[in-house]
Amino acid sequence: MALLEISSLGKSYGKAEILKGIDLTVERGEILGLIGPTGSGKTTLLRLVNLLDEPSTGRILFEDREVSGRPEREKLSMRRKMAMVFQKPVMFKASVEENVSFGLRMRGKADAEEMRVRTKEALAAMGLPGYESRDANTLSGGEMQRIALARAWVLQPELLLLDEPTANLDPGSAASIDGLLQKLADSRTAVILATHNMQQCRKLADRVAVLQAGRLVAVGKSEEIALPW
Amino acid sequence: MARNFLKMALVLMALSVLCSAAWAVDGERLKVATTTSLQDTGLLDLIKDKFDEKYNVSLDVVSGGTGIAIQYGERGDVDVLMVHDKERELKFIKDEQGLERRCIAYNYFLLVGPKDDPAGIKGMNASSAMARIMEKGLADPAKVMFVSRGDNSGTHAREKLIWKKAGYNYSAVNTSGPWYIEAGQGMGATLNMANEKQAYTISDMSTFMAYQGNLTLVPIIDGGSDLLNVYVAMAVNPKKHPNVNCKLANEFINYLVSDEGQDLIASYGTEKFGTPLFSAASGSCELIGCSAAECAVPTSASCW
Amino acid sequence: MRALDLIASRDPQVVEITLRAIFISLSSAFLAGVICIPLGGIIEFRRFWGKRALINLIQTFYSLPTVTVGLLVFLLISRSGPLGGLNLLFSPSGMIFGQAILVSPIMIGLTITALAGVGSPVRDTAKSLGATEMQIIITVIKEARVAVIAAVLLGFGRALSEVGVAMMIGGNIRGYTRVLTTAIALETSMGNLELSMALGIILICISLAVNLLLNRFQGRQEWRS
Repeated sequence: MALLEISSLGKSYGKAEILKGIDLTVERGEILGLIGPTGSGKTTLLRLVNLLDEPSTGRILFEDREVSGRPEREKLSMRRKMAMVFQKPVMFKASVEENVSFGLRMRGKADAEEMRVRTKEALAAMGLPGYESRDANTLSGGEMQRIALARAWVLQPELLLLDEPTANLDPGSAASIDGLLQKLADSRTAVILATHNMQQCRKLADRVAVLQAGRLVAVGKSEEIALPW
Repeated sequence: MARNFLKMALVLMALSVLCSAAWAVDGERLKVATTTSLQDTGLLDLIKDKFDEKYNVSLDVVSGGTGIAIQYGERGDVDVLMVHDKERELKFIKDEQGLERRCIAYNYFLLVGPKDDPAGIKGMNASSAMARIMEKGLADPAKVMFVSRGDNSGTHAREKLIWKKAGYNYSAVNTSGPWYIEAGQGMGATLNMANEKQAYTISDMSTFMAYQGNLTLVPIIDGGSDLLNVYVAMAVNPKKHPNVNCKLANEFINYLVSDEGQDLIASYGTEKFGTPLFSAASGSCELIGCSAAECAVPTSASCW
Repeated sequence: MRALDLIASRDPQVVEITLRAIFISLSSAFLAGVICIPLGGIIEFRRFWGKRALINLIQTFYSLPTVTVGLLVFLLISRSGPLGGLNLLFSPSGMIFGQAILVSPIMIGLTITALAGVGSPVRDTAKSLGATEMQIIITVIKEARVAVIAAVLLGFGRALSEVGVAMMIGGNIRGYTRVLTTAIALETSMGNLELSMALGIILICISLAVNLLLNRFQGRQEWRS
């Protein structure tokens, strides 16, 4: 059973057809690279998977259960098995620790001590040990990106959605983030990595899906795929 | 630091709201509505101090024009009225809004004006004088003007009565020309305005004497029945407004008409102005047109 | 100037009037805040027919004439009025009630503006991290906390400087409901202009202090983000 199954997915805003006829599956623990030029609909697709927006056509099945079109309560429980990192991550007006533990607090499951420990681990894993009490809004772009990653990673989601995590970073920061993403490849978390960087895809992804003007033009192992542009 | 300050402010606010709830549990309070002319003399401040101490209560004095004071009474928002407009007082009693009309003090309204008396009214009685002012004012509004309270107060009511006696319809008077100025304010402010414009005006004696130091206006006509000003106290009728503190209201009125109260009133102002601002009602009942019942001591109305 | 002498001499009546004014206006700002901030949150987050019109109406009421509000509240809490049984007229509690009503439009409106200013990326982030609708609302309110507190302080300032409600509802009773603004009106009408000036200076100083505090708080937040 695939973790995520998308069939005939489409999204339109008024007359503008952003996505059309998307068929895609994601297996547990695999890293799927979603590659396409800017404006091809990558962000829209990720938002649909994260259940932030509702598709215009088609279905999304998560763990074999239909999630699109369901009431908010069901969506919420599905959403809590995923985590998304946006292209330009937003930090809450709070400390780094409060930011990273946000998702844990929302779920209300862990007690304070456990949250502190997991936050510490997440920050260490992201290469930012000791950052807990710093003001999240005083950090550099690269640091914020890592905090956003930590924020998602600490939840140990089944599916991680990354929207161009290194697009706005300098090469040095980008390289170290790639290193972190490599670590993710070893875990049992599934990842959809949206990017326009084929090198990144080849390095990290098991499979690659190519999105062009809202349509999937190719899906397969990264070695096999040649970009149409 | 600013953050802690703000947290403190919020805590303070919370406490304030809680404290204000505690106000409900207060000592006894007696609410008196009066007119600005009476309040401005400061007499009620003195009475309040004495009364509060003697009876261990708190006298709350709210002042406005006679119009709103009567309204407060009709709405049951106060326990006692102290006003000076016989016509409206009688109506108040007739409508059973008040227990009875008790005469407390009196003095005279003054027709004051510029020293040089441009309308030449000296020696006349009030109504003829007003007629003359209008005549001269219409002819030469730059020289002769009249400032009215224009606020439905006791003083204003008296002014309207005098116009009526002089044979004029008030609506014809107050729209006839720029010589007639409606201040729409209390007595003090009206006097200041008349002073600025060197105009005539009607003022109660107490306020005029209190402001005299700052004015160049002088009293031109100061007597006659037209200008008699009688101050009266009325307890609000508990039958119409069961919430009023009738017992305390009667105690207050009794205090006012007692020897102590009357002495207090009759001597008020001597220290500051050389002559008292009021005359006590006791002993002058007939003179001021109050019936024996309205002068009886103590007050006979019962609250039951 | 004699006015400054009067302030420096710390006349007990002046002190009493000042403290009472601060107390009453602070309480009314708090009371309004407790009701209006959540209300603003609900209006901002829910979609309903006539939402735009409601917000426009609220903003129109920002500058309601205080005397009109005073009159309306008077009719409401007068003994002969619908809430007469509460015995609020001519008391500080009534003034707090009336001023709270007066500043409510500002508080609701500014809260809505503050929350709207938080922006959808924050909401999306919270949502994608698994927040429920209520949790998202609370998160947004927390993000907008500077602007929300500013709204409360603004309400306090408006309540402190208004005279229409204080006069009509409080009655300017010496020793009980007299506050800075009503005392200024009285002293002016009695010709005691220096005392009026002194009270006015005190009023301005308090407003200045509140604004300085507000600016410092806002400034630090802005610099950070």
